[in-house]
Amino acid sequence: MQRIVTRVAGEAGFYLAIAFFVVVTTFPFYWMLITSFKTNPDLYDVTNIPFWFNEAPTLEHFRYLFEQTLFARWLLNSLVIGLCVVAITLIAALPAGYSLARMTGRNGEALGIGIFLTYLVPPTLLFLPLSRIIANLGLQNSMWSLVLVYPTFTIPFCTWLLMGFFKALPPEIEEAAIVDGCSLFGAFVRMVIPLSLPAILTTVIFTFTLTLQEFVYALTFVSSSAQKPITLGVATDLVRGDIFFWGEIMAGALIASVPVAIAYNLLLDRFITGITGGAVK
Amino acid sequence: MATVSASNIVKRFDEVLAVNGISLAIPDGEFVVLLGPSGCGKTTFLRIICGLERQTSGDLVIDGNIVNDVPPRARGVAMMFQSYGLYPHYTVRNNIAFPLRTQRVSGTEIEKKVKWASRLLGIEFLLDRRPRQLSGGERQRVALARALVREPTALLLDEPLSNLDAKLRASARQEIKQFQRRVGVTTIYVTHDQVEAMALGDRIAVVDHGRIRQIGTPTEIYDEPADRFVATFVGAPPMNLLTHNGACLGFRPENFLPREMMRDGAVTEFWFRVDRYEYLGSERIAYGTIEGFDSTQFITAKLPARIAEESVRPGERHLFAVHRQDLRYFDHDGKRTRGH
Amino acid sequence: MVTIAEPGTKAASRFRYILDRRETLGAIFVAPAILYVLLLVGGPFLLAVYYSISAYTIYDPSWRFVGLVNFAQVIQNPVFLKTLGNTFLFTFGSQLLGLILGKFGAFLLMRPFAGRKIVRALIILPWAVPIALAAVAWEWMFDSLYSVINWSMIALGIIDRSDAPNWLGNPHLAMLCVIIVNAWRFFPFAIVIFLAGITSIPQDIIDAATVDGAGFWRRNYQIVLPLILPIVAVGLIFGIVFTFTDLSIVYLLTNGGPINATSVLAFQGFQVGIVSGDVSHGAAISLFMLPVLLVVVIIVLRFIRRREV
Repeated sequence: MQRIVTRVAGEAGFYLAIAFFVVVTTFPFYWMLITSFKTNPDLYDVTNIPFWFNEAPTLEHFRYLFEQTLFARWLLNSLVIGLCVVAITLIAALPAGYSLARMTGRNGEALGIGIFLTYLVPPTLLFLPLSRIIANLGLQNSMWSLVLVYPTFTIPFCTWLLMGFFKALPPEIEEAAIVDGCSLFGAFVRMVIPLSLPAILTTVIFTFTLTLQEFVYALTFVSSSAQKPITLGVATDLVRGDIFFWGEIMAGALIASVPVAIAYNLLLDRFITGITGGAVK
Repeated sequence: MATVSASNIVKRFDEVLAVNGISLAIPDGEFVVLLGPSGCGKTTFLRIICGLERQTSGDLVIDGNIVNDVPPRARGVAMMFQSYGLYPHYTVRNNIAFPLRTQRVSGTEIEKKVKWASRLLGIEFLLDRRPRQLSGGERQRVALARALVREPTALLLDEPLSNLDAKLRASARQEIKQFQRRVGVTTIYVTHDQVEAMALGDRIAVVDHGRIRQIGTPTEIYDEPADRFVATFVGAPPMNLLTHNGACLGFRPENFLPREMMRDGAVTEFWFRVDRYEYLGSERIAYGTIEGFDSTQFITAKLPARIAEESVRPGERHLFAVHRQDLRYFDHDGKRTRGH
Repeated sequence: MVTIAEPGTKAASRFRYILDRRETLGAIFVAPAILYVLLLVGGPFLLAVYYSISAYTIYDPSWRFVGLVNFAQVIQNPVFLKTLGNTFLFTFGSQLLGLILGKFGAFLLMRPFAGRKIVRALIILPWAVPIALAAVAWEWMFDSLYSVINWSMIALGIIDRSDAPNWLGNPHLAMLCVIIVNAWRFFPFAIVIFLAGITSIPQDIIDAATVDGAGFWRRNYQIVLPLILPIVAVGLIFGIVFTFTDLSIVYLLTNGGPINATSVLAFQGFQVGIVSGDVSHGAAISLFMLPVLLVVVIIVLRFIRRREV
């Protein structure tokens, strides 16, 4: 009898602990969700229970966001930035990852580690000189400055990810193609790329989410509202004077968060392999 | 089809000398087997021939042209890999057609050639499948068809049978030999399996530590081994070796028989003490020691199974003998010498 | 017989097949990435070093060399010293909290149970979602008037409405807030890293230890922990680097305040170098992050080398 009690208590404790973690991690997002659908009178009344709707939910904040703010523009900016950065990253990282995995031998290993280490150089060390370089290029206050700068961290990381993947690809297929009459470049285009599509897709989505998450460079280089990417726009541009439009801010944050959250969950395992590739195996 | 000749090929990987001066001339249409233990450099040498590796020094001549700096695609050789290297994203048809496509052969010509090669190997019915839908034996045929389809200057095979189970291996061996005869292509075949080497090769090159120890017909390799390495690497069980004053005396287990089974001819006699028997159906392998020689050296005798175990009992010494012409002598360096 | 590409003796084959050499094509393949990184990471890095020893401001873009004067001036500023202290407190406070939560969370998620995948997906959210957006949500939760945290505590009778804390307005609480938010952001990453480490241990080893009579704690601390240490170390290094150099949480939640209570190195560098335009002093402040980064990089390299041996 006592054993059963202990057992039940143990199980209850376990699920309680799980529940604690879930609440801690998700509450801010729940808070985003509920805030974005609440009417303003409901939001700004301390006597209301804040956890649920005291008045009927509303789409007012979303309507305002799309009609009265540059939110749609920010979405578009982020999309354009993301796509351009993805293109630049793929063009540089695909051949680089392959080269480091297959063609440069010992030097490749050192070079790969070197490239990976640049991923650890923080934006906050580089933003001052980069802002001067961008000013000299006439890109200040333009989202194109971000297209230029974001590959500095997406290329190293994706090169590293792709290198790991290419190393796991059996070399015999490329070698067979080479003996069958392909040039090295031909084997890369006709064998390696088609066989790596899953990894390339991962890289694409991952690069895109990285550009969405970035904040420091965007904050430093872009100050005109119409040029801001979505993360920066939502976080800094929905404040009018001293007044925070919490409903709109939370609605915007929610919209920007959802795709990133989904993408991350889909790619989590690959990401972990990439990030820990240096430590295990 | 062409001649392939290598002169003094050396390949060094950092500190490791993988190939240490191999010279080999292969006439048009010959089937040569490179036989050696794993890590002896035979596969590296094969990769040098097809151009996947660049030799550190030495010249490689295919069809009369020096090809040292010619990439694989311009050498016209075909290679069959250990795990076949089939293109997983192509159908069998496109796998076979691929070597022709890279040479910009016309579509109708490709169709004709693919049909020819797939009929040759009896795989017409597989043409629309993908490699992962094939069995091991089928994969091997597809790989062979792909290698043969463009009628290569030379066909290189790297342990092509090692992924097949033992039963399939014997028939696959037969097929490879048969196609090679029919097509007449110069063939270099790498294996560590002496049975494959003996069954397939017009000539066998025994390789060890990056060097060719001996090259010759299977009979020559077996009967006249050039040194102790070849003598003990080829043959199962290997040749018996008795060291005596630094030099070495060798004889094959099947030539080592009880004295009373020998009829005429000059023989050398030994007192043999059988330790145990291994019964293999058609024959019986006796393990034991020879008196007067170091007893840590196990000597084997291959006796016909019909000889009853009672006639040569374990633990008792028995007079055995070898015909004089079956004795082989090696000097203290392991090199073959002519006699005493 | 199919004609195969003409033999190589005809042409001056030295350059003809240059792209068929692994080393050559390999160098060409890796060049764009290396160039990009050299131009936009290596170059700016050297530029940052130069700024820090010159008298460069955006109003007076002279390249006058002044030596270590900027550093000397920076160190003498009491705000900077506070900032330096804050940075360490922020980094190690949040990493410690994050690691504890991470280890505990990983321990829970190790056991299979119904809905584990969904729980994992939910727990990963703080790390996945752009931190700037999450920080804004936290700012709203810490709101001086409408804080849901305060409301809950008042409703539970823990505090009184009159002395409800002003989370981001009180210097001590503000530091606590940024630490909590950063730990909240990083502990899912720690969980994932721990889990990856634990699942990479072959079950055989655990079983062998159990058969050999190792109890729960011994198994955990003498078998599991040493085996997952490299992977955890790499995760921790990432955490330290990204926290030590982070700007967004402090910028969005407290803007360094109140009265520099939450100012960290990256934030100071931003304020001085970008907002005030004093590039050289900003660069000098940012460069104080370098020694810590170097130590971390050396540790990374040692772990990578150990893997090779």
